[in-house]
Amino acid sequence: MGPLVPTIISNEFDLVIALLLGFGFGFILEQAGFSTSKKLVGLFYGYDFVVLKVFFTAGITAMIGVLLLGHFGLLDLSIIYVNPTFLKSAIIGGLIMGVGFVVGGFCPGTSVCASATGKIDGIIFVLGGLFGIYLFMEFYPFLINTYMAGAMGPVTIPDVFGISPIATAALFSAIALGGFVLAAYVESRVNKVPFELPRKQKVKMILTALVPFIVIAITAFSPDKNERMEAKINSAELLNKAGTKAIDGDKMALEIVNNHYKWNIIDVRSPEVYKAWHLPLAINIPLDSMRNREWESYFKQKFKKNVYYSDDTDMTKKAFATAEVIGKADNYILKTGAAEFRQIFFKPQPPGPNATKDEVDLYHFRLKSGIQMDDLAKALERFHSKPKKKKLRKVQGGCA
Amino acid sequence: MNPYVAGFLLGILLLLTIYITGRGLGASGGLKAVVLTAVKAVQPDQWTNGSYFQHYTGSHTGSPLNSWLFFEIIGVVIGAFYSGLISSRLDFKIDKGFRITNKTRLLMAGLGGILFGFGSQLGRGCTSGAALSGMAVMSFGGIVTMLSIFGAAYLAAYFFRKYWI
Repeated sequence: MGPLVPTIISNEFDLVIALLLGFGFGFILEQAGFSTSKKLVGLFYGYDFVVLKVFFTAGITAMIGVLLLGHFGLLDLSIIYVNPTFLKSAIIGGLIMGVGFVVGGFCPGTSVCASATGKIDGIIFVLGGLFGIYLFMEFYPFLINTYMAGAMGPVTIPDVFGISPIATAALFSAIALGGFVLAAYVESRVNKVPFELPRKQKVKMILTALVPFIVIAITAFSPDKNERMEAKINSAELLNKAGTKAIDGDKMALEIVNNHYKWNIIDVRSPEVYKAWHLPLAINIPLDSMRNREWESYFKQKFKKNVYYSDDTDMTKKAFATAEVIGKADNYILKTGAAEFRQIFFKPQPPGPNATKDEVDLYHFRLKSGIQMDDLAKALERFHSKPKKKKLRKVQGGCA
Repeated sequence: MNPYVAGFLLGILLLLTIYITGRGLGASGGLKAVVLTAVKAVQPDQWTNGSYFQHYTGSHTGSPLNSWLFFEIIGVVIGAFYSGLISSRLDFKIDKGFRITNKTRLLMAGLGGILFGFGSQLGRGCTSGAALSGMAVMSFGGIVTMLSIFGAAYLAAYFFRKYWI
């Protein structure tokens, strides 16, 4: 699941990735003609709308792509960087940049491209930009109030306006397409060429314009990752499989005493009941937080067997099915509920006077196992009291 | 290149960036790394006492050049140079409106750069980092900045028309 940095790609290699992605960025901007200031400002005088076309096509492509990857569970939208909103500085900074755009003919990215191809005005713009950044830093004490005002955190359009991300994407796509048509019209008027396109080209354009809406519709009408997972978890196949991989309390106690290092004993009940009493060496992953990615290393490892238990067979089976869907670990369920397990090993009933030898043996086995498990739990407390959570940090990004 | 094709490719590149790194593309942040490095080397007093630099060093360690956006911007330079090379667009020249002199154009370029550089710090990112990358993740602030940039540019365009047309 993305983002791949830092879980799959290391932070150091990330800088190599930065270089490669930057290469692509510079290459595309230059190929689009963004290294010429006259072409860039054409947007503001109506003779060339290349900036609008490239910018909004890129924007909606990426926006819909992020939506799609998030929907199908390929990208963790909860940790990607979302530019924080500081309303006042966003508006004032934007206004200053807008004037800078018309006066200087570039924005920072395009000025770097222009410099790389030898445009002297581009080089001067970059130098000016460096100086402007320096000025901001020098005058920071006077600007800090404006800079920090109106902090709203990393809010999105859906957060602020209460519309769904799907509707937002559709809305932006519609605005962009409207903008493209308008731009083509203005361009043809200013440059005095006919607005009408040849029929064949027109059909092609309209078909292309439908693509974003089709992708958005696919996203809107297909079950997302959670819905698909839910369906799999509730499938009879996995619940039946749970029945075939069930072990009883006596077998489990024997395993804990002799092979505890081969097992992850996972209590899927709520933290409160776990705290009150749990199996020796058990860790707590409540059923409803099993899908949190911080736990996934338990469900994806292949070194230990996982055994799930609770006080309710259906709940235990559901935990088993969830684990099966998340990863490829070797999963088992404990047939004996937590309360029953506690009863038979830690408060075993002494056999009556007429008990058979087997019953007496079982009693002694259970009594002994209970004591041994207690000793183990005490000795190994520091290992199982702190389960290994995978750390997922929000990505740091942005230009400021 | 057809602008819509270029835009689509740029969008895919941005998506790839977000998928791999969890963050978007940027430009002014790369330039900021250069300024920080220069201040650190030339004005060590400022570096330790200036409130902005204290704010910065509070959350960053090591050389300011050891940043994602600096490496990215180096990539941009190489990529743009390569593109210019294969399309025979490498040339020392100045693009300007026909009514102004080279000197005026360069003066305006420098002034525009100062404004853009300053504004990009106040607005926490430029057209790339705030507007484009912000749009990809539906950031409210990013889209406000975008509207603000293009809105101001349209309003200002009238007053600067003799420099371009």
